[in-house]
Amino acid sequence: MTARTGDTGQRLSVDFIACEGRGLCAEALPELITPDDWGFPIVSHQAVPLRLLDDARETVRACPKLALRLGYGAAPRPDPGRREGAG
Amino acid sequence: MTRTAGTYERSPGPGDVRLPGALPRLLPASFAAGSASLAGHLARYGPPPSGQGRRRDSLIAEVGRAGLTGRGGAGFSTARKLAAVAAGHAPVVIANGTEGEPASAKDKVLMARSPHLVLDGAVLAAEMTGAREAVIVVHHSVREILDGAVAERRRALLDRVGIKIVTGADRFVAGEASAVVHWIERGVPAPTSTPPRLSERGLANRPTLVQNVETLAHLALIARYGASWFRSVGTPAEPGSMLVTVLGAVRDPSVVEIAIGTPVGQMLEQAGGASAPVRALLLGGYFGDWVDATAAMSRPFSSAGLADLGAGPGAGLMLALPVGACGLIWTAKIMRYLADQSAGQCGPCLFGLAAIAGEVERLAEGRTTDPGLLRRWLDQVDGRGGCAHPSGAVRLVRSALRTFGAELDEHAAGWCRGKACVLPVPPGTTR
Amino acid sequence: MNAAVAFGGSQAPWFVSRGSGLALLAAFSAAAVLGVAARTGSASRRWSRLAIGELHRTLALFCLAFLGLHVVTAVTDPYVTIGWAATVVPFASPYRTLAIGLGALAVDLGGAVLITSLVRRRLGYRAWRAVHWLAYLAWPAAFLHSVTAGNDMRIWWVALVVWGCVASVATAVIARLLFWQRGPDGPLPGRPERAVPKEKTLL
Repeated sequence: MTARTGDTGQRLSVDFIACEGRGLCAEALPELITPDDWGFPIVSHQAVPLRLLDDARETVRACPKLALRLGYGAAPRPDPGRREGAG
Repeated sequence: MTRTAGTYERSPGPGDVRLPGALPRLLPASFAAGSASLAGHLARYGPPPSGQGRRRDSLIAEVGRAGLTGRGGAGFSTARKLAAVAAGHAPVVIANGTEGEPASAKDKVLMARSPHLVLDGAVLAAEMTGAREAVIVVHHSVREILDGAVAERRRALLDRVGIKIVTGADRFVAGEASAVVHWIERGVPAPTSTPPRLSERGLANRPTLVQNVETLAHLALIARYGASWFRSVGTPAEPGSMLVTVLGAVRDPSVVEIAIGTPVGQMLEQAGGASAPVRALLLGGYFGDWVDATAAMSRPFSSAGLADLGAGPGAGLMLALPVGACGLIWTAKIMRYLADQSAGQCGPCLFGLAAIAGEVERLAEGRTTDPGLLRRWLDQVDGRGGCAHPSGAVRLVRSALRTFGAELDEHAAGWCRGKACVLPVPPGTTR
Repeated sequence: MNAAVAFGGSQAPWFVSRGSGLALLAAFSAAAVLGVAARTGSASRRWSRLAIGELHRTLALFCLAFLGLHVVTAVTDPYVTIGWAATVVPFASPYRTLAIGLGALAVDLGGAVLITSLVRRRLGYRAWRAVHWLAYLAWPAAFLHSVTAGNDMRIWWVALVVWGCVASVATAVIARLLFWQRGPDGPLPGRPERAVPKEKTLL
């Protein structure tokens, strides 16, 4: 969380196992979500700015598969360690 | 690749003496002794220590002091994982010997040659976390051996923890931690969503510890001989030993046990030396990195030693590519395999890897490509998906583009060193 | 209808109840058609999946408003005895027991769909999806209620609207069955089959 005004400290993340690439999120929040070449959402890892927080919440609600999440904490990246039994 | 565990082993040198501190630690010193019986195991290592009761916390601390990290490719602190799961209620321990990587044999060899060490470690981990059961997921080729080992232990009434053996699925992503849990629970070898983390809710919604079988074998030795002993080999930052599958252009493809930080060239010697001049090495696994052989030869095999080459020890694999082969062709083969092995759950993986594989195949065949397109797709796929599979594939291809620059130029000119002739590819060929 | 207008205010709740009931059936039918379209249809520029999804949700909330009006005017109408309980407890009304009972059934089933949708994040996808199927039972109950609870089907344009609703919902149901027949969690239009079939959720 930074001291910059307008930064909520929350981030969007996609559960790709639930996601089916229906594209509602990219349409609802183009400032933060763009479709990749196959229609699946590329979500900005930046914190959601304050002015977009309501839109972000609405977008999370609009996902028909409940695959979009908004939360605090660092952007969850599938860590390389989860290969081969995560050690 | 369907080789049995035995094919990859190397013959021991003369006068192998078992001393704590010397290598090998995990694999039996004497090849001729055969697969370790319980009696042989106890004679070599002594009785398994208890991890129960008051010993639990002190043992976890000892593992922390030893600096043991996961040997499945992740490198997470084992002590931290143990502590996290021990904090939960009614946990369960899973020993992951799936080894979905087809080129890797270290887990199979370990389970075939030292099954009791793995079982000791699994039982210890269960005791240390308060679990009443340990599930051992094994490759089908060593299933019988593990069944026999467990039967021996039952007859000897050795363990206070229940042990269950499950045959792992034969898919690349089946080795992923959540995929193992999914496989055990529902017979589906595909990763599941995080949250929740496995240490909080995993198998049967219980806190679950998933550890690679090699990690558990090291655990069993740390419990016997202590942290200082464990740290007596390796580097201060990356202590201990590890198993590495060395294959490709070597005379004696085998699983070797090395002190972490052993020079790469020395590891090739342990596998009989190169059978041909080596062009490049694939380090870590199919999700690892290609490095130029000359640049890597004197480097220590460790995360720190390989970092500036953009590589790491990964899951303990070293594949030597000889000068007569083409790195792009091999990368294309591996990439197509990785794409086919997608669990098919996530768009970026299912579609992205297939697209990337297509582009790499075009590069390998010397057909005209749009270089921007491949890089665009690599950027789009990296870091997205339900597990690290797509990221691993991206990593492989990026390292290939970095390392095989000369080959790329040759292919663009219509020449491939791998076939030593001009590629006879008619224009407009479709896949 | 002229006679009713001539009688004035005392008939007003009855008219509002019938009118809102018809509007409710129409809104419910439209919501159902859009719900199926959201799942099965390919997106166009104007009718994007977002637009269809949001419209489906908005219409469902309109249903709630029409339902409130429909029920309140019917129960508070002094000319018939229905009782508040009968609006949610099926077959508890002394007046036209079967017809009102079907309406109560529609309220119960539709209410479950609505409530679970409002809390679906907390409920989890699978539970929400399972309850959502009850919509396919709620609609027939609402339809049967509308044709048995009153005599308005004699009026030509009421019958037109009602049969229009039936036709559109029937078409949507057939489309949904065909989509399901293609395979559970069938691929979105234009995409190849998944390599490993995704674990089968409820349809």
